[in-house]
Amino acid sequence: MIRWLALFLWLLPVTASAQNVPKLVPDVSQRQIDIQSGFTGAEMLLFGAIIYPRGVVPEGRVDVAVVLRGPTRSITLREKQKIAGIWINADSSDFRSVPSYYAIASSRPLEQIVNSKTAAIYELGLDRLQLSPSGEVDAAEQRRFADGLVDLNRRNGLFRQEAGTVEITDQVLYRARLNIPSSVPVGVYTAETLLIRDGRVIVADDNVEVRIRKTGFEQLVTVMAKDYALFYGAMAVLVSLLLGWFAGFVFNRL
Amino acid sequence: MDIYLPIANLSVNALVIILLGGGVGVLSGMFGVGGGFLTTPLLIFYGIPPAVAAASASTQVTGASVSGVFAHMKRGGVDFQMGGVLVVGGIFGTGAGAAIFEILESVGQIDTVINILYVLMLGSIGGMMAKESLSSVRATRTGKPVVAAKRRHHPLVASLPMRWRFYRSGLYISPLAPLILGFVTGIMTMLLGVGGGFIMVPAMLYLLGMGAQVVVGTSLFQILFVTMASTMMHSLTTKAVDIVLAVFLLIGSVTGAQIGARLAQRMRPEYLRLFLATIVLLVAIRMALGLGWRPDEIYTLQAL
Repeated sequence: MIRWLALFLWLLPVTASAQNVPKLVPDVSQRQIDIQSGFTGAEMLLFGAIIYPRGVVPEGRVDVAVVLRGPTRSITLREKQKIAGIWINADSSDFRSVPSYYAIASSRPLEQIVNSKTAAIYELGLDRLQLSPSGEVDAAEQRRFADGLVDLNRRNGLFRQEAGTVEITDQVLYRARLNIPSSVPVGVYTAETLLIRDGRVIVADDNVEVRIRKTGFEQLVTVMAKDYALFYGAMAVLVSLLLGWFAGFVFNRL
Repeated sequence: MDIYLPIANLSVNALVIILLGGGVGVLSGMFGVGGGFLTTPLLIFYGIPPAVAAASASTQVTGASVSGVFAHMKRGGVDFQMGGVLVVGGIFGTGAGAAIFEILESVGQIDTVINILYVLMLGSIGGMMAKESLSSVRATRTGKPVVAAKRRHHPLVASLPMRWRFYRSGLYISPLAPLILGFVTGIMTMLLGVGGGFIMVPAMLYLLGMGAQVVVGTSLFQILFVTMASTMMHSLTTKAVDIVLAVFLLIGSVTGAQIGARLAQRMRPEYLRLFLATIVLLVAIRMALGLGWRPDEIYTLQAL
């Protein structure tokens, strides 16, 4: 009788009773990543604990997926085709919400832990991203462009999907490592953790933010180039003139 | 030694960049060219975004040509009047180049146009140089001197109105001719990141008919100022000048240029030109093949 009741409680919608839903306590190894001259990318650890109602660890297996997602932006994606013997940009498509970075890691392959509907709702997996293609294009063409976009970003290291890389200890503690390449765009990133059981997302937490920014000299150069373009250009000219003149001067003495 | 490039937004190996600059510098010292035609494609090949590569390469050419300009000035090898007209044309050219750059980028054809321009320019000039240097090598082998073509300017140049006297160049021609030449080179500088020395030098010799003793110096003078203008123009429009990248390229290339200049004194000029022609043709062939080969990336992404 009690077992049946417990199962019944499990199946209740998440909103029904906060007391009976496990709570996630997620965190990341760095809340802030500074890009400096030696920056070659970073490795981020996403970890945390699952707190079950009344401390009872349920039987059966739970799965965890973690997602790190960069700010979204609008882009134009161009496609090259071979025309008259040379490859030129022949077709293009606009997407209005492309994450600048998206990495997902899960304790088992996604298709084994969530059904396709859930995956679509929570945007789990590179093929489930809601990229908001704009303009009226037919579905097959949209799919082709979206696949091209994902493939490009995956090889650039800006999109990642890894299965089996979330380690879960005693159904309570989880941890996962995500790699961030040096070409990572700056901005505020969100880290989301999802607890999954029986194909359903039981609880999701996306309250952890990570700030990626350039600091020091790199920040200075970026700001100068953007906001003080005239001065920046003059500096670039001056530096190159001085270096060229200096080398000539030194070598003439040798 | 990894270094993060703040404008290109990626991390590169500083040693690779210095060596790349150094190699190009040796060639530029040997031949008196800026070397931008090699830097830009090599940087793109290494993974630097094309706009950043072209913008930063033109900054590097400025540094590479400074000491050359001083050396030629001392020798009286610069026609300042001619150079001034070329520079004025060149500055307008960089402005036009910036507009063309923007239009081509918005329709997504900038990389194809850059590639085609490279193939046409390097192919034709490399071919001309190869032909010329082969015949002079043959001439030295057989001992028969080549009959120097009589120096004179192209009939089209002679037909332009309003003539000026360019004393040092030994010319009495319309300033419109060098103005247009400077303009075209300015566009090339902006789009391709090249100084344009190897368009300028043959054009000065065979189109304008300038005296050989001022050709290289005046061309360097023009390159110096037009690459400066193009750096400014890139800073203001494309915002693609990466000063960190430019400095590492410069460290290599200014050193290399001095080594190259010393090497050049020990080599026979006709073999030197044949060597340069071979390099230019190889780059042209590689780029031509690149147009027809299936590219690594079918898709490219542009932020809106």
